[in-house]
Amino acid sequence: MTEISMTVNGTTVNATVPDNTLLVEFLREHLRLTGTHVGCDTSQCGACVVHVNGKAMKSCTMLAASAEGAEVTTIEGLANGDLHPMQAAFRENHGLQCGFCTPGMIMSATDMVARYQAAGKELTEQAIRHELEGNICRCTGYHNIVRAIQDGAAKMAAR
Amino acid sequence: MTEHGIGARVLRKEDKRFITGKGRYTDDIRNEKQTYAAFVRSPHAHAKVKGIDKSEAEGMDGVIAVLDGKQLTGDGIGNLICGWAVSSKDGSGMNMGAWSALATDKVRYVGDAVAMVIAGTQAEARAAAEAVAVDYEELPAVVHAVDALETGAPQVHENAPGNLIFDWGLGDEAATDKALAGAAHVTELEIHNNRLSPNPMEPRSAIATYDEAEDHYTLYTTSQNPHVARLVLSAFYQVAPEHKLRVIAPDVGGGFGSKIYIYPEEVACLWASMKTKRSVKWTSSRSEAFLTDAHGRDHVTTARIGFDADNRIVGLKVDTIANLGAYMSLFSSAVPTYLYATLLSGQYDIANIYGNVRAVYTNTVPVDAYRGAGRPEACFLVERIMETAARELGVDPAELRRKNFIKSFPHQTPVIMTYDAGDFAGNLDQALAAADYKGFPARRAEAAKRGKLRGIGLASYIEACGIAPSAAVGSLGAGVGLWESAEVRVNPVGTIEVLTGSHSHGQGHETTFAQVVAERFGLPIDNIQIVHGDTDKVQFGMGTYGSRSGPVGLSAIVKALDKVEAKVKKIAAHVLEVSEDDLVIEDGQVKVAGTDRAMAWHEVGLAAYTAHNLPAGMEPGLKEGAFYDPANFTFPAGTYVCEVEIDPDTGETQIVQFVASDDFGTIINPMIVEGQVHGGIAQGIGQAMLENVVYGDDGQLLSASYMDYTMPRADNVPSFAIHHHSTKSPSNPLGLKGCGEAGAIGTPPAVMNAITDAIGNNDLQMPATPPRVWAAIHAASAKIAAE
Repeated sequence: MTEISMTVNGTTVNATVPDNTLLVEFLREHLRLTGTHVGCDTSQCGACVVHVNGKAMKSCTMLAASAEGAEVTTIEGLANGDLHPMQAAFRENHGLQCGFCTPGMIMSATDMVARYQAAGKELTEQAIRHELEGNICRCTGYHNIVRAIQDGAAKMAAR
Repeated sequence: MTEHGIGARVLRKEDKRFITGKGRYTDDIRNEKQTYAAFVRSPHAHAKVKGIDKSEAEGMDGVIAVLDGKQLTGDGIGNLICGWAVSSKDGSGMNMGAWSALATDKVRYVGDAVAMVIAGTQAEARAAAEAVAVDYEELPAVVHAVDALETGAPQVHENAPGNLIFDWGLGDEAATDKALAGAAHVTELEIHNNRLSPNPMEPRSAIATYDEAEDHYTLYTTSQNPHVARLVLSAFYQVAPEHKLRVIAPDVGGGFGSKIYIYPEEVACLWASMKTKRSVKWTSSRSEAFLTDAHGRDHVTTARIGFDADNRIVGLKVDTIANLGAYMSLFSSAVPTYLYATLLSGQYDIANIYGNVRAVYTNTVPVDAYRGAGRPEACFLVERIMETAARELGVDPAELRRKNFIKSFPHQTPVIMTYDAGDFAGNLDQALAAADYKGFPARRAEAAKRGKLRGIGLASYIEACGIAPSAAVGSLGAGVGLWESAEVRVNPVGTIEVLTGSHSHGQGHETTFAQVVAERFGLPIDNIQIVHGDTDKVQFGMGTYGSRSGPVGLSAIVKALDKVEAKVKKIAAHVLEVSEDDLVIEDGQVKVAGTDRAMAWHEVGLAAYTAHNLPAGMEPGLKEGAFYDPANFTFPAGTYVCEVEIDPDTGETQIVQFVASDDFGTIINPMIVEGQVHGGIAQGIGQAMLENVVYGDDGQLLSASYMDYTMPRADNVPSFAIHHHSTKSPSNPLGLKGCGEAGAIGTPPAVMNAITDAIGNNDLQMPATPPRVWAAIHAASAKIAAE
């Protein structure tokens, strides 16, 4: 067993967990933050993406113990109050259908936009499609996800 | 059209929970003292089970029980069923082998479950499952359907000699042979319709809970049709009686057909919950999903189409071998027969058609309906052979199609279907104009200057949705009726709950169904709640598949709304002392036409429930139900245009343009309909260019993860141009046709026609991966050089 301590969505959490507990298991089963999903077992689908110290990470591919002392943000903690602009953009552009990949998509999208905006780079459609290589959606054909991220990027820039 | 009514792009009511991480999928649920199941699965494609040693596993940490197939069958749990009986040409029935939820004496595919472990945690259950020692005697395996029909092939089931399940035919073979013999030109084609894994992003999951005090079972499951699950689990598998079993399908993360079926794991978890008196939860890993979720397609087909001297089709003859895998899944027999050969006429006026289908057992995962289910296979065949024929005849593929289109309705095809409405040329024209078809030669020449091969391909698809009517499908062997039910409950304050037997797992029913109600009575959409997915709330339903929720599910709601409206008018007429005929319902008011007198909608609701002043003899309350059984299938149709550019040095294909013109009849919410088409096109591109289930000759599944099975990703697909050109279906009250599968049906032939056009070689099978395309380019070059 391992003692771990981290900040999740702004709240400090301490727990003793089996050594091999994955971060996604810790979030889902110990903290019951079930918005972070598991869609595969090979780190391919991106349904489990959360932010660890501000960077998008696949929570199925890191141990909870590896997040010791980290600031973790999940889909439940993304917005301050109402909706994050990217969440609103996904709804307004019909960027989701069954909703299962959506939390990971939104967490990847906000990270992507933040990186491009910090670097002063233009986030083109081509760039968005390339950046989404770690997130699989089976419902939308990506068309409206791309539109949502373009719209979300504009909304984030205007904040 | 009202702001939130039919035709409005209303944002989805269900989205808020999904974008904030508050969706409630089956694996998100955890009961008190939850236990977890793990399955012991066969590592062999074909083997005798000589013994199971459970002793080590039983002694491991947290293990509550280790259960096997002999215990399951010993408790009287029935074998899994196939819900559609298809007879062979000689009148004999299906040669169907037994399928126990846990195998007893033989395993028939890699992943076949032989035992299950119940333990306190998922990790404990999985560890103990590894420790169950099964003594197998390996047998030779067969994985391809064509090989399974060879003399001396391994026998998958003893009661299916030669692995043949049925040899079925549809149409007039003699007349078709005669027509082809007299044809001025005959085009032949061999098609491999590649095997696919559906891959909804949410893996399957089930939580079964037995309540000993009430002798009652609750099953949460990832189902597209919870009522069908309850019926089958009760009536056929005898796991629990129907009135003592509640099945709930909460938020479900996509289905695409793969969540229609009642799988062994659901049966086993329910049974195990009774055995252990505990709540038993199982969630599939992605690897397990590849190994056990029903696959789709897997046809090998040869076809011949004949034309007269004026290029009119005179006959089409098709011979298909369909791989059904190791066991007959719930609707597996219907997919390559009544959902396939009945669509072989495509959009064309063809007097003579004959389709022969042999369904075959192999040592692979069961094959059943996957988005489109039989119709993509038919469309692919018809549209590939039409394009091939146009090339052979030296005519424009668009014009060969146009010449042979069915132009008047109703139209009776020689393969059962009566097409009721459509404007095929209208969709073709719209698609060609949107794609600038006339400008293609210039674009091809420009691409050639850059060293790229540019091609264009068409597909004019037709499909059939809302499988119906029940009496007709019953006469063809269906074990169920294919109607839908609805109940409309108007509360005393005027808000409305609509209970539907349809199930939404991404389709947006909570929004589109509410739009129809909002428009009907002029109410705010927020006053309407759609309830689905719980057998304790909704009395019965047939669920969602085959694009049936619009044409069938919504029609049931409309029928119930008709009854509500009739009662509302009776109450209002009585209170206002006017004739019912003078009343109109709009803007949330029941108005006396031509006056300023009215009752507010909520006043009528209150009057119905207070019952102080109702017409003589009227029952209190305002709640109406309806069952709707369609008069006919609906026939969505359209034309898709795909344009590609290929790098001849690498064989890499880029889709540079994709245009769709669809006829879905009435459209409730264009935003949601376009989303359905986008997703279907992406899955169609996946089939055409990326996806392929691959088995080794020993029956090992080689494509069992996202490392090996190529799912379409964002940079594999383009943005799509979606257009509508609609004719209303005359078969249901709103004129709906259904839109869920068209994209997956029309896309593969459009893509393959474009690629083969670009490379000048028609000898190419799906998926058209870069190595295959490169080889086909160079084979074509070699052929030209040799000539």
